[in-house]
Amino acid sequence: MSPRMRLWLVAAGGAGLAALLVAACLDLPRFGGDRHPCGDRAVEASLSRHTANTVASVTFDQRAFDTLGEMSILFAAVLGSVVLLRQTRDEHRARPEPAAVSRPVRRYALLVLPVALLTGLYVVAHGQVSPGGGFQGGVVAATALHLLYLGADYRALERVRPLAPYEAGDALAASAYLVTGLAALLAGSAFLANTLLPYGTFNTLASAGTVPLLNAAIGMEVACAVVVLLAGFLDQAVEIVDEGESGERHDDPGRPGKRERP
Amino acid sequence: MTEAVIVVALLLVGACATAAVAVRDPVRQSLVLAVLGVVLAVLFTVLQAPDVGLSQLAVGSALTPLLLLLTVRKVRRRAQRAPDGPAGRRGREGGP
Repeated sequence: MSPRMRLWLVAAGGAGLAALLVAACLDLPRFGGDRHPCGDRAVEASLSRHTANTVASVTFDQRAFDTLGEMSILFAAVLGSVVLLRQTRDEHRARPEPAAVSRPVRRYALLVLPVALLTGLYVVAHGQVSPGGGFQGGVVAATALHLLYLGADYRALERVRPLAPYEAGDALAASAYLVTGLAALLAGSAFLANTLLPYGTFNTLASAGTVPLLNAAIGMEVACAVVVLLAGFLDQAVEIVDEGESGERHDDPGRPGKRERP
Repeated sequence: MTEAVIVVALLLVGACATAAVAVRDPVRQSLVLAVLGVVLAVLFTVLQAPDVGLSQLAVGSALTPLLLLLTVRKVRRRAQRAPDGPAGRRGREGGP
């Protein structure tokens, strides 16, 4: 196919897509109006399954299959970066030497770390009740762990973060999501249908059927994935050096305001 | 009242996003991105989407800048060693 032909094909496809999008947009309810057909149905379905947070009901119940796809995307992306950022044959590891951390930074990081970690876990645990959920809480908890790198040094972080359990946790959580979906199938309803567990009391932790389970699986998957992803980047930035390049002083790329010499 | 807050948040987002494009040094750019993440989170919360705001806060203002900073560090370190390679030119461009 000639480049000219290809261009025409893209233009035709693009024009068709644009026409369909415009046609669909003309049919949308007006911006800011009081008619919300989709929203009303989502809220009704979420209330009927005792889920206080409608967004959680949409992501983990009404559209749980979409979330499975998103989780697979994250899983594949992290897997890809792990493969790309691995230590190659012409690279070796240089132990970073501990660097002095100024006292206010250390104090702040070590003070905020438990608070941030707890906030992340709280957000994961209350996904079915209040805004937030597995994804948000997982990212918060995983990044909170890296405050240890700011407050202490890379070795301290490596000590609390042995990578293998996190890699296994990532895969386990992804499987847990699948298994919960399959369990519904085995119980005689549809894949990922929210029919396994009693719906519980509205607006409590024990509500919304399988939503808390799927939410927890996503929280664990995201937290482990972020830890593994950051570990790959940190290894490359701090530890792994090319052949012939010596290790350098360990200073802190994550701290704002401190810049490397050009 | 609500509309005024929305307008202010939108203007802040516009200003931060423009700054993120205008700043050329990747290190500073990542810091501007972090600020943009916070401002976007405020906008989403004002527009009654706290779930999206929370993910924006966690990913946009913490995770992305951190990944960018780590990448810049790796690239610059490589550039110091091989100043004639493509990585070297990139590193000097990014320098102040």
